[in-house]
Amino acid sequence: MTIVGWLQTAVFLGIVLLLTKPLGAYMAKVFEGERTLLSPVLAPIERATYRVCGIHPGKEMSAVAYLLATLAFSLVGFGYLFVLLQTQKWLPLNPQHFDNFSADNAFNIAASFMANTNWQFYSGENSMSYLSQMAGLAWHNFVSAGAGIAIAIAVIRGVARSGFATLGNFWVDITRAVLYVLLPICVVGGLFLCWQGVPQNFHPYQNVVSLEGFAQTITGGPMASQEVIKELGTNGGGFVNANSASPNENPTPFSNLFELVLIFLIGAGLTYTYGRYVKDQRQGWALFAAMAILFVAGFSVAYAAEAAGNPLVHHLGVAGPNMEGKECRFGVPASALFATVTTDTSCGAVNAMHDSFLPLGGLVPLADMQLGEIAFGGVGTGLYGMILFVVLTVFIAGLMVGRTPEYLGKKIERREVQLAMLGALVLPVLALIPVALSVLVPAGTATLSNGGPHGFSELLYGFSSTTENNGSAFAGLGGNLYFNILMGCVMILGRFTFLIPAMLLAGSLAAKVRVPATAGTFTTHSPIFIGLLLGTIIIVGALTFFPADALGPIVEHLLMLQGKVF
Amino acid sequence: MDAKHIRDNTVRHVATAAKYTVVSVVSFGIIYPLLMTLIAQTIFPRQASGSIVYESGNPVGSAIVGQLWTKPQYFHGRPSAAGKGYDPTSTGGTNLGPTSKKLIDATRAAIAQLKKDNPDASGPIPMDLVTSSASGIDPDISPQAADYQASRIAKARNIPVAQVLALIAGHEHGRAFGVLGEPRVNVLELNLALDGKP
Repeated sequence: MTIVGWLQTAVFLGIVLLLTKPLGAYMAKVFEGERTLLSPVLAPIERATYRVCGIHPGKEMSAVAYLLATLAFSLVGFGYLFVLLQTQKWLPLNPQHFDNFSADNAFNIAASFMANTNWQFYSGENSMSYLSQMAGLAWHNFVSAGAGIAIAIAVIRGVARSGFATLGNFWVDITRAVLYVLLPICVVGGLFLCWQGVPQNFHPYQNVVSLEGFAQTITGGPMASQEVIKELGTNGGGFVNANSASPNENPTPFSNLFELVLIFLIGAGLTYTYGRYVKDQRQGWALFAAMAILFVAGFSVAYAAEAAGNPLVHHLGVAGPNMEGKECRFGVPASALFATVTTDTSCGAVNAMHDSFLPLGGLVPLADMQLGEIAFGGVGTGLYGMILFVVLTVFIAGLMVGRTPEYLGKKIERREVQLAMLGALVLPVLALIPVALSVLVPAGTATLSNGGPHGFSELLYGFSSTTENNGSAFAGLGGNLYFNILMGCVMILGRFTFLIPAMLLAGSLAAKVRVPATAGTFTTHSPIFIGLLLGTIIIVGALTFFPADALGPIVEHLLMLQGKVF
Repeated sequence: MDAKHIRDNTVRHVATAAKYTVVSVVSFGIIYPLLMTLIAQTIFPRQASGSIVYESGNPVGSAIVGQLWTKPQYFHGRPSAAGKGYDPTSTGGTNLGPTSKKLIDATRAAIAQLKKDNPDASGPIPMDLVTSSASGIDPDISPQAADYQASRIAKARNIPVAQVLALIAGHEHGRAFGVLGEPRVNVLELNLALDGKP
């Protein structure tokens, strides 16, 4: 490890910290319908959208109605992409004449993008038309992120409101999220990425002949406009197979830093928005602190492992850090940083191949996902995931001191704890049972590209990633009919079995009347609370996943030290 | 809500969702990328079109995409897992894990090849020259990896080694703002410079 490597991460975290307050305050204004600097331009578009779609912005929804609207929109969006992918051959903007996708592959991709996962059993540069990329995938990137933010805002309102039956209007919240939050950042950010070298065109691929006389095909497409929302919306689906490792998507260390900031930006900002809503910024900063600690801990382990390098390669007479599956312009520090950031959130973009990380280096992104992607988290999903853990934490704290637990003046009772536990339990069930199934059936191990414990890690990583809607991969795992269907279902279930308890919890909290704090009230912004919250997260995650992780990365690490290969 | 209420509600939400899908696909899926292309092509035409490098009017590559180099008088890039090597239509890494026998065998073979290609090289073997990149089209190598190849290139071109080393130093890209990324040299840029082309 080097000081410069650490400095890069410090610069990154510093920028995120600086942007948290202005963005968080701006989002609070946007979702309460206050005027902002961009209102003169965007308000007419917002009103026109409501008019055309028949939305009554003043009409608020109950938790159940909000959920139904979310589900209805997801369903329509899924169907639309499923059809688009199977008809792209006959549609415009397909200069490379790519064929239609098969039904099972289209199912997997549609599920993946609808669920904000962006798991990719396809290579964009040799199968996806420009129209499918921009009007199918990038559109999903906008609206699935917008839906995530909308739900987070509804959950925040649930905590903040007292004696309310409603949580806001889904259509209004998603419209404001995409129009006022995502779009302006994407316009500026997309142009920044293009300046750094990311292409933005509709050309057919260009043929060149190198100085040595080799023919090469240079790919193109509307990449910059898609790259920016891919990171900002924590979607992660690359325009090309190599994702942000490709110099087309991420050409410079500067663009790399920018993409990293985009990934954390909204998740971090929402902690401040949260403080605004509950009228106590300390509550928001407490969540921010817990998230930052998880992030730094993960980065330290990944960086140390990758910087130490692969002892099996060192035996061949070459020294240095692990550069297999990494790019020269990023090196180990920026690759370890990206791997941590992309899995602390539900992004899943990669700038290095996680499959080629050392066992402990790869354990970090795996564990980040298994802990629930709550260190800033996916746009929206991170915050409401964290709130579920907060409910569990105050419940445990209440048990310790023998008091009815309460959070921000709301009594946490049986229903809230049940819903929070449901959210905490469905994910491991969804992740682990399919892994167990896959090692038993031939189709489940047919497409592994590594043997021994690393092959098992590919499966464990794949199902952790799809359950948590991350989308990054130990990419040696190839797609087939079995994985297309099973992982497609896991992604859909992963999105909604988490979202439904979170929304119902919010509805239940909103209905409660706030009780005034007393001297005996457990404060939820103190370092003790942050420690307890982290403890809860780690105990729940570790108890659930440690046995499986031990069979994958941990045993692989021990065997690697003994010089074993597979 | 009772069952009938939920059913009516659902039908209404699906109708709104369908209209909302049409409106948002047009604005975010079509108008947004078209406008971005228009602006990008106007203010950053070179980058927006793929940073193509021309030599005597012919496109010879992209400034940001790595290429396959085999001749002794040119700098060589890293091993590539993209298609048959440096194929931008099939990007990706080897995805071989650290305990993969294939990885260890491939690395051993790469070391042997490197030593054979650079019999006069001194100094430690650069890690990046014997490992595959993540994209398979990494346009860069480390300055150490360039230095390692200097004596071979000097011999093939019949020029002093010092001249090659000076060229490398002159084309080194440092860390952005002193902290971001790693120092590196762009292989195509170096090779164009070797041929005396700016």
